[in-house]
Amino acid sequence: MTADASRAGPVLELRDVSAGYGTYRALFGVSLSVPAGAIVALVGSNGAGKSTLARVATGLVAATSGTVLVGGREVTKTAAHHIARLGVAHVPEGRGIFGDLDVEENLVLALRRRVGRATLRQALDRAYATFPVLSTRRHQRAGTLSGGEQRMLSLAAVLVARARLVVADELSLGLAPAVVDSVYRGLEAIHAQGTALLVVEQQVDRALAIAQHAVVLVRGSVSWQGEPSEARAEMERHLTAGYAPPG
Amino acid sequence: MNTFLGYALPGIPYGCDFALMAVGLVITFRTTGVFNLAFGAQAFAAAFIFDLLVRSQGLPVWAAFVVAVLVVSPALGWSFDRLLFRHIPTASTTAKVVSAVGLLIAIPQTLPVLFGSTPRLDPPSLWLDPSRIVFHLFSTPVNGGELSTTVITVGVVLAVVVFLRRSPVGLEMRAVVESRRLAQLQGIDAARVSAGAWALSSAMAGLAGVLLLPLTAELVPSDPLQFTSLLVAGLTAAAVAGMRSITGALGAAVALGVLESLLRAVLPSGVLAQAVIPAFPFVVLVATLVGSPRLRQLERRADPLVGVDPPPAPPATSVRDRRLEAPMRWGFRLLVVAFVVSGLTWVPGYWVTSLSEGLALSVVFLSITLITGQSGQLSLCQATFAGIGAFGAGQLAAHLGLSVLVGAVVGGLIAAGAGAFLALLAMRISGLLLTLLTLAFALFADQFLFQYTWSGGGLSGVVVPRPVIGPIDFGSDRSFMMLALVVLMLCAGLVLLVQRGTTGRYLAAMRGSETGAASLGINLLRARATVFAMSAGLAGVGGAMFGSLYHSVSAPSFDYVYSLAFVVVVVSTGARRVEGAIQAGMAYALIALALTYAPSRLDGIEPVLFALGAMTYAAHPEGIVEYQKRKWLARVSRLLAAADARRGAPGARPGLVGTSEAAHAGHG
Repeated sequence: MTADASRAGPVLELRDVSAGYGTYRALFGVSLSVPAGAIVALVGSNGAGKSTLARVATGLVAATSGTVLVGGREVTKTAAHHIARLGVAHVPEGRGIFGDLDVEENLVLALRRRVGRATLRQALDRAYATFPVLSTRRHQRAGTLSGGEQRMLSLAAVLVARARLVVADELSLGLAPAVVDSVYRGLEAIHAQGTALLVVEQQVDRALAIAQHAVVLVRGSVSWQGEPSEARAEMERHLTAGYAPPG
Repeated sequence: MNTFLGYALPGIPYGCDFALMAVGLVITFRTTGVFNLAFGAQAFAAAFIFDLLVRSQGLPVWAAFVVAVLVVSPALGWSFDRLLFRHIPTASTTAKVVSAVGLLIAIPQTLPVLFGSTPRLDPPSLWLDPSRIVFHLFSTPVNGGELSTTVITVGVVLAVVVFLRRSPVGLEMRAVVESRRLAQLQGIDAARVSAGAWALSSAMAGLAGVLLLPLTAELVPSDPLQFTSLLVAGLTAAAVAGMRSITGALGAAVALGVLESLLRAVLPSGVLAQAVIPAFPFVVLVATLVGSPRLRQLERRADPLVGVDPPPAPPATSVRDRRLEAPMRWGFRLLVVAFVVSGLTWVPGYWVTSLSEGLALSVVFLSITLITGQSGQLSLCQATFAGIGAFGAGQLAAHLGLSVLVGAVVGGLIAAGAGAFLALLAMRISGLLLTLLTLAFALFADQFLFQYTWSGGGLSGVVVPRPVIGPIDFGSDRSFMMLALVVLMLCAGLVLLVQRGTTGRYLAAMRGSETGAASLGINLLRARATVFAMSAGLAGVGGAMFGSLYHSVSAPSFDYVYSLAFVVVVVSTGARRVEGAIQAGMAYALIALALTYAPSRLDGIEPVLFALGAMTYAAHPEGIVEYQKRKWLARVSRLLAAADARRGAPGARPGLVGTSEAAHAGHG
């Protein structure tokens, strides 16, 4: 799967991107690319700019300089909903679903534009088949689902829609380890159908285990990128940098 | 049984009259997230245009309906979104309410200026002839007006419910109101969806306006909601429905209507009935606002992507060169002296009255500086507090022979008591719900409290004599103006002391975040009761001065519309600072004076100016006038600094004085 995917151009590319909120700057000249069908892990400590990078990639936060390309097309100034229509899905940090709508309405909202009205019913059935827990809760308000079920709901929509790229921000945050396992099985299922993933994680081990490429972000800049197996050591070097042992 | 139904039946069309308002409020809130007090303005605009087209242009009723309700109303709602609400998605609920109040005041005042006002006799009806009896039900006659109101209301409400529940656009509207950003991630054009939601709710408002037209004797721009009772009942029904359920709002409205007509039939006519019936909806409204757990959840709902949009920029800090301090201080003193001298000598008599009114109103406006500027709580009943002070002073003078100055203080204390009571009543609510409670209190005073001879003095009003201190009689207008100036100076000094002291800091902390303030150990209930009492007291004193200026006042002088107008005026000149209140008071009086020289067609343009200012509140919470002033001060300071740099003055950094909001609110 990954071998033939790497032949195509990158599905997401950031060139020298800077961004921030108001007067506060969070990213400084970041460059990064996600090959089609690949899994890239974006790791770094709290406040390194990971979520900002994810938001710039999907148009939620505007880049103040640099270029963002999706499938080779420049989207630096494009509105978030247009980027979403290019087949980019963003599973945001925390609650990524509409709590006031019921489960089915959430799925319809996510799928109607992506699969078209004609195949909507089949798409819903596939989502329920993949995540059976959702089918028993079709008409329950999504805000009343457990944290794990809410992530399943976000992933179900992405899985069935067959997005080109999924940006997953802190999927494991606040979940029990057993639930994290099933969330990551969901991610692997999404990847198995050819979707590229940009996995943003603070719990690095989970993300590095499934990734083919790793990027370490430190204080808003890319400090290192390479093989996932070496990323761990790189991160530890940064954590201990500046700390002189007594003696 | 049949007689019972016969009594209940007229309540249904009556309930439908305000059901449209209740449903409109709920729909706007659910689809746009804005508590749209401007709903009345939209209804007014549609009714005005419908009336204009049918009467002056001779258009058939259906064509006028299409233009007014299906074209103009949605366009108006769309432009609200496009020009105003789209740009303030991250503003607080309070800021959005202020913007809506601005619209509520501006729109109806603008229409007669644009098209001229026409006298109205028999209003055009939408469908059936209102006076014709269509059939009898349980031996009660049902006329065309009642039938068409009921059928159209129920039909439209059900259609909207189906639209929101079943249609893809309705689904998108509900998604966008919960989280604009999350909706965009699903490929939804959030901006377009909310513009559509505004157009839809505005069309509802237009329909309500046109349906209510036959009930209206006259289209008065200064009271766009026309029937205060309709507003109360509409708010009540919307609150009972938890601001969420549309069918709930319809049901609650009809139930209220039926209950009220049953009460009317069952209660023996007399004092009791006269007291119970007008008070009934208020009891329900206040009980719901204060006690409903569903309403309290409204403000807790959080957008999961709330951190994506940067918070609104902090107010511009006031920076000025040290060298500007002395000239500004002297300029201010000179201004006061010039004011006193001209007030005593050359200024014509009717100007003196206007200037005194400005001074008295400035005292009332200082109460807004405290409550809205300092503690961040939007109160829509400051004119009511002023009324309590004025009526208190007048009644005490009449019955106990108290001097008016003493009466003003006692009146202020009574108002302070009312304010504290309101704050205690609102113990468990805050923000939007507290604002609605103050609005309910203002409407309650209009309809009920001020309607008795012992309070508002009935139709003839209450006489508030001019004060006499020893040998000095303030009977002449010029001497009264000096007294008003002294009272204003005292009150302004008091507010400055409060702002600079511990209480002021507590209030500023509360404005920043109630949760944060509570976590610092600030007793929110006590702080809020204090600020409500102080602010109501100030408004009461100002109201008494206002009454004394004009010798007599009656209930309409303190109508709820004035409370709205006062807020709008003060937030546009600057609610955070004492100067803002004084500027607001003087501007309010002087612009009205200036307009007496303008063609009469421009009557009512004055509130429009302030309302436009209020619409910038979300972007500039320090007030648009204050914002401009700070910008100019900063510019002059930069010029001075640049001049220094050219001359190569010693000391690389020129002495700049930066003032932070809470710490230093004094006049330069």
